[in-house]
Amino acid sequence: MKKIEVKEVDFYYGKFHALKHISMEVEQNDVVAFIGPSGCGKSTFLRLFNRMNDLIPGSRLTGQVLIDGRDIYAPGVEIDRLRKEVGMVFQRPNPFPKSIFDNVAYGLRVNGIRDKSFIAHRVEEALKGAALWNEVKDKLKASAFALSGGQQQRLCIARAMAVSPSVLLMDEPASALDPISTAKIEELIRELKKEVTIIIVTHNMQQAARVSDRTAFFYMGEMVECGETKMIFTNPSKEATQNYITGRFG
Amino acid sequence: MRKLFEKIVQWVLTGSGFVTSIVILLIIGFLFTEGAGLFRGRVIEEGYVLALNKENPVSRLTAEQIKGVFDEDIANWKEVGGPDLPIETFRLEDVDRYFSEEELGPQYERAGEAIVGWVEEHPGAIAFVPRVMIPEEADLHYIEDRTISPAEVFAGAEWFPTATPAPLFGMLPLLAGTLWVSLFAILFALPFGLSVAIYMSEVASERMRSILKPVIELLNGIPSVVYGFFGLIVIVPLLQQGFDLPVGESGLAGSIVLAIMALPTMITVAEDAMRSCPRSLREASLALGATRWQTIYRVVIPASMSGITSGVVLGIGRAVGETMAVLMVTGNAAVIPTSILEPLRTIPATIAAELGEAPAGGSHYQALFLLGVILFFITLVINMSVEYISSKNK
Repeated sequence: MKKIEVKEVDFYYGKFHALKHISMEVEQNDVVAFIGPSGCGKSTFLRLFNRMNDLIPGSRLTGQVLIDGRDIYAPGVEIDRLRKEVGMVFQRPNPFPKSIFDNVAYGLRVNGIRDKSFIAHRVEEALKGAALWNEVKDKLKASAFALSGGQQQRLCIARAMAVSPSVLLMDEPASALDPISTAKIEELIRELKKEVTIIIVTHNMQQAARVSDRTAFFYMGEMVECGETKMIFTNPSKEATQNYITGRFG
Repeated sequence: MRKLFEKIVQWVLTGSGFVTSIVILLIIGFLFTEGAGLFRGRVIEEGYVLALNKENPVSRLTAEQIKGVFDEDIANWKEVGGPDLPIETFRLEDVDRYFSEEELGPQYERAGEAIVGWVEEHPGAIAFVPRVMIPEEADLHYIEDRTISPAEVFAGAEWFPTATPAPLFGMLPLLAGTLWVSLFAILFALPFGLSVAIYMSEVASERMRSILKPVIELLNGIPSVVYGFFGLIVIVPLLQQGFDLPVGESGLAGSIVLAIMALPTMITVAEDAMRSCPRSLREASLALGATRWQTIYRVVIPASMSGITSGVVLGIGRAVGETMAVLMVTGNAAVIPTSILEPLRTIPATIAAELGEAPAGGSHYQALFLLGVILFFITLVINMSVEYISSKNK
């Protein structure tokens, strides 16, 4: 089943043509990895799916981005509803300066949920889902800053998952973490894909190979190719992809 | 050569730090020693005595009672624990009204005897005279002189530093005036300051901000006397008409002027704090489906709380210590205010207005230093509470 469809999207920052004529599809419950050198547009592309780029003045989009068949850039789309549906985890762990519990409950609260027992239940579920529950269940009132970097990032994943999104965007979620924390995040991604469709931007090609079902390679604002991860890494059809994954540039 | 240069730089830096600290400590020490001197001062003016008829058993009077007696508010000895006798006061200034020139002698050489005689004749008499005028053999009874006690200073409700024979140094009215004006100033400034700070950091376009910010910072550079002038010409008459007051100079006028003066600091510091709230936190909040306003009041404001509080407290600091503008618009009545619409007087205004007239080294002078010490403690408490609040937020 098609979860996301991108149809002939061009994206501009002012005069800069950041994304050139991109079309792609994402199946439900797939993990799709975006790879490519810095500045290739992969993060920009990721941020189209929850309209995070709207925050940048002078940005402009043509084409269509459909999630569950609905164009998220159509007039009348409520951006906060969209963002509840499409969660996001950022490159650096960015917990709020609040308690662990309040961090995870934040998304529920801003979406108007007042029922305390429901919130407590969802917080527990989300923390369990992010494999963090056992480590923090005795200190839910402690500041989120008391956690290690890897724990903070899993907290951010729990925070995103607490509002039950159907798509999770991850912008280099392990790039600021040590190898052990990275392994935990990757394991988590394999778990989470049962519930959500995941798009992950990564600089680490082994990581893309390990966690993703499909991989898209971006270069200079264009999507060079997109296909089964195995295919991309073993037998890419484009020379640029071959050069990048073998480390000849990037 | 370079080593030597670095050594010299290090020496200069250490030396300047040392000198600065010493100077600050000296200033504080000076303030404290001068202020504490007040408690070694005497209730009755130096070199004078209060002489009574020897039949009169009263020997202790508080400074307030002495003032009451000489202001003729207290007319009978029984009001101060003595016999039922009307009080007859005598001040040295009145000497020519009581006695003829012959009785006093051409050089006033017999004045002492005359006064002693007068006191002996009048059982209800109390005379305020220099000690040296009284002959040693005189059979009189004196009011016991003692040092000024901290209780009558810190809990005293009357500030009357120029009263004779016993000045009153009750600091409550000044303390209350300062706190009262500052409190209202903050109440006025807080909502405006925060709204403008939020507007500038979150809502205003870059163009608007680039105009507004320098304008607000310019307000910080206006001398306080100009604000006072503005208050006197504009705010005072407005209040007088608006509230139908006998005089427009009031605590309210002071609070409004102070609020205007505290605004620029408050806005600038709070705005900077909110703008420095990391973009990643805003994005995290927005990405969870929070609206812009939810992000502002649930994430941006709490995250920049320590900066916002510093802004507010710097504003309070300005309000507490501000002198000139307050002196000009509050009416300077040293009474404990019961309403913000009454004239009142603050600590800094008192120091500024009275230090010029207080003889150096006298009780009045020392009392003003003690006010300085109190002001110092108020600021210290404010600063420490800021430290506490911001450390708690981290």
